[in-house]
Amino acid sequence: MARALIPLVVFALIVVFLWVGLSLNPREVPSPLIGKPAPVFELPQLRESGAAIRSGDLKGQVWLLNVFASWCTPCLEEHPYLVSLAQRDLVPVYGLNYKDGRNAALKWLGKHGDPYTGIAVDTEGRTGIEFGVYGVPETFVIDKEGVIRFKHIGPLNPRVLDEEVLPLVARLQQ
Amino acid sequence: MSRLIAAFLLASTAAFCLAQEAPPAAEDPVLEKRVKALSEELRCLVCQNQSLADSNAGLAIDLRNQVRELMQAGKSDAQIREFLVARYGDFVLYSPPVNRATLVLWVGPFILLVGGGVLLATYLRRREQKLHVQTMSADDRARARSLLDGSGSGEN
Repeated sequence: MARALIPLVVFALIVVFLWVGLSLNPREVPSPLIGKPAPVFELPQLRESGAAIRSGDLKGQVWLLNVFASWCTPCLEEHPYLVSLAQRDLVPVYGLNYKDGRNAALKWLGKHGDPYTGIAVDTEGRTGIEFGVYGVPETFVIDKEGVIRFKHIGPLNPRVLDEEVLPLVARLQQ
Repeated sequence: MSRLIAAFLLASTAAFCLAQEAPPAAEDPVLEKRVKALSEELRCLVCQNQSLADSNAGLAIDLRNQVRELMQAGKSDAQIREFLVARYGDFVLYSPPVNRATLVLWVGPFILLVGGGVLLATYLRRREQKLHVQTMSADDRARARSLLDGSGSGEN
């Protein structure tokens, strides 16, 4: 009797492993940067040419870094959520304009709305590499001490924003 | 039909010849060889089943350039690997290091091998025991003989 159950148990185990394994997203590579200080950068501002944006100046507040580009289609998908987030004024969102052209980026923002408190220009994608960016859009939550606390790869959606990003931001702001 | 296949094969090789490798940015052949060797054991994160050397994705080109620059700055292969792992995690390495997260990956096959060996051994031992039970003792033989000789009751 017990012997007859063996194939059933093996089958159940395979089902469990496949269930878990196939529901994982292989594109979501866990970032080694979580819990580490955010890379230091000093980049030109997108909107005011000549001005610079420094990561050091952002310390003392919780902020989001959103990596975006005008050529990036999924960025368009998350953009309305960022715009409405900016309207709610809960947390400053800084943009990292990744491997983009200044004019294209400004035109894109003019068309779809500009939710960013400040936008750093990373034409060569160097700062992107420092942040371990491999799929645009990506969003980081950075705390008052400048430590990366959370990273989301791919377009943001209301679920991620309301259930993960905003509660974390509220906790970090206290 | 075979002519058609031949034509198709020729056409496909033509396409293959047209596809070319990314032109190296620096001209130093020794350096390029080193860049290629190292980037072959690094994973392209955008197209995950290709190495950094094979891929022509934008990020792969950037990372190859980064590797090249680090080499020009005199960094060793190990230091460059460390640089990339610090940003992209162990995932960039095609041969992952042994640590807590990858322990199952490294030890798992050996556990399976030993477990399989133990199962096989117990199965064989049990089978042997079963075979032993079926061999006849001297008493069994005597009883069988007496039954066959017809000296028993004949009913049993």
